[in-house]
Amino acid sequence: MSGKDRLPIFPSRGAQMLMKARLAGAQKGHGLLKKKADALQMRFRMILGKIIETKTLMGDVMKEAAFSLAEAKFTTGDFNQVVLQNVTKAQIKIRTKKDNVAGVTLPVFESYQDGADTYELAGLARGGQQLAKLKKNYQSAVKLLVELASLQTSFVTLDEVIKITNRRVNAIEHVIIPRIDRTLAYIISELDELEREEFYRLKKIQDKKRIARKKAEAIKAELLQQGIDVRQQANILDEGDDDVLF
Amino acid sequence: MALHSARGKLISVIGDEDTCVGFLLGGVGEINKNRHPNFMVVDKNTPVSEVEDCFRRFVKRDDIDIILINQNCAELIRHVIDAHTSPVPAVLEIPSKDHPYDASKDSILRRARVSFISSIPKVHY
Repeated sequence: MSGKDRLPIFPSRGAQMLMKARLAGAQKGHGLLKKKADALQMRFRMILGKIIETKTLMGDVMKEAAFSLAEAKFTTGDFNQVVLQNVTKAQIKIRTKKDNVAGVTLPVFESYQDGADTYELAGLARGGQQLAKLKKNYQSAVKLLVELASLQTSFVTLDEVIKITNRRVNAIEHVIIPRIDRTLAYIISELDELEREEFYRLKKIQDKKRIARKKAEAIKAELLQQGIDVRQQANILDEGDDDVLF
Repeated sequence: MALHSARGKLISVIGDEDTCVGFLLGGVGEINKNRHPNFMVVDKNTPVSEVEDCFRRFVKRDDIDIILINQNCAELIRHVIDAHTSPVPAVLEIPSKDHPYDASKDSILRRARVSFISSIPKVHY
């Protein structure tokens, strides 16, 4: 980035005030965004910890569920096709709720029982107990997985939002604020330049006036030596009456 | 959207036969009016394209909120899963009976910062 990168603005007192206000605004925004990023980061780490915990738990629960499936198969015989063919309506469904973290909405899933069990009569002849256990195990697995899914969804959403927020924070810190700073410096230098010019001009005029006065006095002195006194002579331009103010 | 969120959403399953049967007994299975099930049984003869199509179909359906997929199936269609970035439906990789769960392959966790992944232990069946 070049050092000349600044906002296209005419250097004046007004523009300087405007830039100062913008700088203050940018700094405020930077602070707020930084706070938001920190809040999100905190939540993100918390969720990450929970995910790791739940994933480990998931391994155990799935192991147990698969084991009870094997058990049930051993007692009942193969029921895979019966189960696959007799699907009708879902018993476990999901509700979505919204959670709010620093202005970011995170979906939270929640499972609930809805309707009757389709496989109520499965295992009526043999292995009813094993099947009941199997169902229970898989239901708890589903509950855990739903929990994990909402954690994961929050994780993805937060990750995205954190990235965006950090990008904004960095943009303000490294692009917008330096640019405003440079603009301010430019305005100040231009204004100083103008002031110096003005000062120089004043000095120059004073110089000229002094020289002119000296010359006039020299001429008058010379005339006086020649015997002509011009000191009492009135100026032709001086009418002797007061200036009329309207 | 409000209409949909009022109604309960479904969990769909893509996986081997045992995984599907287990979750169906758990009560997640549903066949809708058009006779489309919300689960898919993948065996070793199932072509990858079919798994891919099925996954895409599940993602497109608006009554599905969570897609459970065996990690070995997820490996087959990794590029499709990686391309799916929206939070809903949530894609969850689960261990299958004969494949241990490897956290480093998980799309979601991989997408996040790499440094954290080492802290997730490998889960074995």
